[in-house]
Amino acid sequence: MVLALLEYDDDGLDDVSLQALTLARDVAEQAGESLEAIAFGAGAEAVAEEAGDHGVETLHVAAADALDDYAPEAYGRAVVQCAEEIGTEAVIAPGTDRGAETLSHAASKLDVTMAAEVTDVEVGDSYELTRQRWGGTLIEHSRLTAETNLLTVAANEVSVTETGGDAAEVSSFSPELEDGDLRVQLTEVEESDVEGVPLGEARVVVSGGRGTGGDFSELEALVERVPNAALGSSRAAVNEGWRPHDDQIGQTGAKIAPEIYVPAGISGAVQHMVGCKGAETILAINTDPEAAIIQKADWAVIADLHEVAPAIAEELEARGHSE
Amino acid sequence: MSSNEFPSTAGTVVIGAGIVGSSLVGELAERGRDDILLIDKGPLSDPGGSTGHASNFIFPVEHSKDMTQLTSDSRDIYREFDTFNNSGGIEVARTDERMEELKRRVVSAKAFGEDAELLTPEEVEELVPYVNTDIIKGGFHSKGAGTCDPLRAGELYRQQADEKDALRTAPNTEVQDLHVEDGEITAVETDKGTVEADEVVIAAGLWSPEIADMAGVDIPLTPAVHQMVSVGPIERFEDGEGEINYPVIRDMDTQMYERQHGNDIEVGSYEHRPILWDVEDVPSIEESPLSPTQPPLTEDAFEPSMEHALEIIPDVLDDPDAGIRHSIDGLLSVTPDGHPLLGPIPEVDGLWSCAAIWIKEAPAIAREVSKWMTKGHPDIDIVAHDHVARFDEYGETNEFVKSRAHEGYQKIYGIVHPREQWQSTRPLRTSAFYNRQEDLDAEFFEAGGWERPRWFESNADLVDKYEDQISDLQRPNEWDSRWWSDIILGEHLHLRNNVGMVGDTGFGIFDIIGSDAEENMERLCVASMDIDVDDAVYTPILAPNAGFVADLTVARLGKNHYRVITGGAHAGQDKTWFGNHLEGDAELIGRSSELCTLGVWGPNAEGLMDSISEEPMTADSFDFAEMKDVTINGVSAKALRISYVGEFGWEIYAPMDRGQRLWDTIYEAGQEFDIRPVGTGVYGETGRMEKGYRLMGAELEIDYNPAEAGLTFHGVKDADFIGKEAYAAAIDEENAATLCTLSVTDHAPDGGEPRFMTGGEPILDQDGDVLIDEEGRRSYVTSAGTGPSVGKHLLLSYLPQEYAEEGQELQVEYFGQQYPVEVEVAGNGGVFDPDNDRLFRNEY
Amino acid sequence: MEILTAIKRVPETGAKVSLTDDKLDIDTTSLGFTFSPHEECAVEEGVQLVEEHGGNVTVLTLGEEDATEQVRSAIAMGADDGILLDGGDAEWGPAGTAKAIAEAVEGSDTDFDLLLFGNESADTANHQVGVRVAEELGLPCVTGIKDLDVDGGTAVAKREIPGGSEVYEIDLPAVVTVKEGLNEPRYPSMRAKMQARKASVEQTEPEPHDEGLELVELEVPETDDSPAEILGESPEAAEDVVDVLEELEVV
Repeated sequence: MVLALLEYDDDGLDDVSLQALTLARDVAEQAGESLEAIAFGAGAEAVAEEAGDHGVETLHVAAADALDDYAPEAYGRAVVQCAEEIGTEAVIAPGTDRGAETLSHAASKLDVTMAAEVTDVEVGDSYELTRQRWGGTLIEHSRLTAETNLLTVAANEVSVTETGGDAAEVSSFSPELEDGDLRVQLTEVEESDVEGVPLGEARVVVSGGRGTGGDFSELEALVERVPNAALGSSRAAVNEGWRPHDDQIGQTGAKIAPEIYVPAGISGAVQHMVGCKGAETILAINTDPEAAIIQKADWAVIADLHEVAPAIAEELEARGHSE
Repeated sequence: MSSNEFPSTAGTVVIGAGIVGSSLVGELAERGRDDILLIDKGPLSDPGGSTGHASNFIFPVEHSKDMTQLTSDSRDIYREFDTFNNSGGIEVARTDERMEELKRRVVSAKAFGEDAELLTPEEVEELVPYVNTDIIKGGFHSKGAGTCDPLRAGELYRQQADEKDALRTAPNTEVQDLHVEDGEITAVETDKGTVEADEVVIAAGLWSPEIADMAGVDIPLTPAVHQMVSVGPIERFEDGEGEINYPVIRDMDTQMYERQHGNDIEVGSYEHRPILWDVEDVPSIEESPLSPTQPPLTEDAFEPSMEHALEIIPDVLDDPDAGIRHSIDGLLSVTPDGHPLLGPIPEVDGLWSCAAIWIKEAPAIAREVSKWMTKGHPDIDIVAHDHVARFDEYGETNEFVKSRAHEGYQKIYGIVHPREQWQSTRPLRTSAFYNRQEDLDAEFFEAGGWERPRWFESNADLVDKYEDQISDLQRPNEWDSRWWSDIILGEHLHLRNNVGMVGDTGFGIFDIIGSDAEENMERLCVASMDIDVDDAVYTPILAPNAGFVADLTVARLGKNHYRVITGGAHAGQDKTWFGNHLEGDAELIGRSSELCTLGVWGPNAEGLMDSISEEPMTADSFDFAEMKDVTINGVSAKALRISYVGEFGWEIYAPMDRGQRLWDTIYEAGQEFDIRPVGTGVYGETGRMEKGYRLMGAELEIDYNPAEAGLTFHGVKDADFIGKEAYAAAIDEENAATLCTLSVTDHAPDGGEPRFMTGGEPILDQDGDVLIDEEGRRSYVTSAGTGPSVGKHLLLSYLPQEYAEEGQELQVEYFGQQYPVEVEVAGNGGVFDPDNDRLFRNEY
Repeated sequence: MEILTAIKRVPETGAKVSLTDDKLDIDTTSLGFTFSPHEECAVEEGVQLVEEHGGNVTVLTLGEEDATEQVRSAIAMGADDGILLDGGDAEWGPAGTAKAIAEAVEGSDTDFDLLLFGNESADTANHQVGVRVAEELGLPCVTGIKDLDVDGGTAVAKREIPGGSEVYEIDLPAVVTVKEGLNEPRYPSMRAKMQARKASVEQTEPEPHDEGLELVELEVPETDDSPAEILGESPEAAEDVVDVLEELEVV
């Protein structure tokens, strides 16, 4: 038996759970075992069909009033009990905050080591794993030999496939919680407010350097058009007195980690790049196709930022995106 | 700026796009090179070398005319590009010894034309209020100092070349091989393709040795760590505009600097133990968290520096919001003698080196190298001390480079005496005489890697013997007498009275052989080369502008065979110059390590040598400047009747393996003639100064022509030679300046201990103003040395024409004090034996 | 309050890492060492809480002797005391690490109110040491925290989710693992750095523990060093730019 831990919301199973499910099915097939799953909460029954479509034969729904709100230690306890009850050789969870947290509790309770960030498993006498270190800049090949192999699946590394199977059979499961299992439980969910995004927390950072010639007005206008966006600058611009020191991104300034970083008129000196290495993607605007920043960017526009920035703002407006 | 296609041919390939390579492409384009390819393995504008982490300040004052000039010119270039901030700079002294050194710096500033003054601690505080003045004695204010932006300047230089359509750039392109055919560079192979090239410049900073190795040649430098941290934000700096509002501080005694940079203070150090890297350990760009030349700070090594920084600028470092935001072991290039490595690489035609250059001097050095490449010579003398060939035949090993770099690291902010000697990897080159000289307690100095006795402790008795003549020339001041001995004066007088043996003189010796040898020699030398076999001649070698490239002795050994004998310290440079200019059937063969040279001079030289030589060795049998085979107690040698000390005698060149026998024979037979071994203190200083003999790299340099140096006795020969036109014109025109010999007429004008100048001091008029000739050249002491036979301390200096006359009274400034001097000889000629009676063996 | 912050010495790598010949480790010949941004935030949070509430921050690491360097870095940031669990050169797994830390905490004279960890280590990223320490000690635990408030014996911790955050209220003593973004870690002052170099770091040798996870070898993945996709060379490229922004769902 291989047991997958699933997370879901009103739209069904989440992406990383589907990825975990795909890997779990691969493990089950290699081991010649059946694939079962566990999900928490009263709404879990709703994903039985989707789970079945991805190869799950039985969906264990751990439902109790106490478990409606996420509680990591209780969830971990439930996973352990479910795994023991059905006699599973592996539990595979999505590599999300909750997945890792729940399975860590389970691992500790079972006194086994959990393997995190797994991308591939070859099942033999032991599990030959491929997993990520260093946020994916290094691959680890390792061997997992626990009585129950617990692993989390690295997000966005496994391509989801479907089997077109029938809806999973729903089996309700009532964990026996112990004192203290509910000491930690989700209290509430807060909506984020988006006013005045600090550089370090912005999802989008637009910044200007020497190429602005000191005129940041177009970049400011662009930032105002994008939610969760902030404006930064290079050290050169700060040294010129064009921007305050607080805006500086780089070695001696702010370190940012946005989803997209848009350096405009910045050559991409090393000292600048260390400030934005946390950015997931980079879209550079620069007139010089040989600038270092172009080598480091995912996308680039080779043109004058004073023309490009207003054009982007206009296009955003035309498509109905506004702050 | 460039096309994406990697080109298959280029006129000039420059490897390295830091400030050096970028400046060079701009300067080369300016001088007409129109097909340049600039390659760097990193991206632009910061490819990841030392330029990217430099602290970028410019302190123009050095104890070297050339370096001061290059730094000052570089500052002008940065300024033209609007990338210079004239913040000023202050070197502070924590000790009395350093205050003396700062006085010396003021004198050098005066000599070489920089604005500078001494400051009291209070005056330092006025300029930089955050300096802890409790621990300083004062400061040296360099008003022209400031900071620059080399990355931006590099960009603008490249842009300049690009606008002339002269430049293509290939960033992110790694050089993998250099192709050399028949001793000539032909192509550069990279990961993007191979480009054929007529000339290639290695400007790859600390990677230069790796690139040079691809052509089988050496660029002797090593990566070394310069530690630096950046602390901020500092509230005091918040309101300032631009990147710097306070003078840069150099805390000389702790070998550190502190420099505002925006709202940070950068603290850099050369104080820590030298940390040398192997270039193969320097990580790639991808492997580096910051850049290949910015490995992480070695914290334990930086500990004393932190303590010292907290002492000197506690106010800013203790700003409650300030933290260490950045810290690195910055890698830079260090050479065995601290000088850059410039010019044509001897073994491969068309291959140039432009490496080991500081930010402060890079643009001007690039400019001078570009002139060297395009018109055959630079205008500022970067040949004498900075030529990559100066380590030829000895200084290429890793052990040598590393040990000298290790030793030299401490000199970067050190107080370095002009005569100071290197200590590591010695002895390296020893002649056949070395063991005998060591037995005689020789104090060895080094030149061109050779061990040369400066004086012999075994001659200490001569000080007593000649006490009457020496006593007024004793140097009571420690600085003046450092790396010096009064024994030199005794040896000098003994040689002039009896006979002295001087060896090894560490000459660079090479032969030019081939059917076109004469034609080549004619083209290179000022003196006529149409001389008889067995004759020799002293000749200047000129650049096209008639500036000095070399001065040396040429002997004709056969119809198609010349022998060139030059100073050991210039052997590599001269070999390269000859090698690069040979045409047709003429081959250059190095002899330096096969031959040892022993000079025997003095009134008893004739009697001594004639008594031991199978052939007659007398004034009658040997004409002046004649070179003949002699046999001395079984040793075959060549003897040349010539002298650099103004006495009758010979230089005897023997095979190295028989040198010791030659020494023993002369030494033993010489006892009867009261012979003494004599060091280069006499040969290179006291003897030559009394005779007014010029020294390459001191008096003789690219900036002055033979007319000014007083070396026109060859006239203008019919045959064409390099520099002829300018040389002839210089003779016809009136000199702007003339090299003069001066004597110090009062060593203690205000009482106190008498002082003896060492060289490099400015010459002033009676009003205390530095003399400047009509070409803007400032008068300074090119050489200084005592003349015991004339009882005077002598100085050589170029003086503006109106001052160049005997008896002219002037002043020299030394450690802030002015001393009266008088012109003894204007132009060529000796203070001692001006008619050369002794040299030519006339009756006297 | 008494706070323990755990950190781990890791090499400071560039975009590409090189491996030792046996492929069991990173070649650190030309690299320096640091501790991860998550842990920097943990140290900073501890220091800030002590600044606010009084008390002490003890920084603890398990690793080779040179890891005292990282302990000192944390002390330079404001931590008061340092402990090195000298684990030798071997790489410790998460179970053994957690047991060793739990033992050290139990054996300590100090009753810690709060144990701060990074959410996961920068190098091995096992994502479980904090939780396991909590389990060993019977303490409540929250992970992945980017906002933390302590009021008396209670902490309110927030974890980021798309469009907002989850809020947890926990009683102290507790284990909290944190993520970068929790705060802005300070740069140590030079004087603090100097003093930290002289601070003493307590050392003990923990008992090793068998792990079920055995390293076979490391591999450097093929990197995508493809140049940027050029969206255009004129302002018209704005359309493609907005396509990208839409695809990333940031507008």
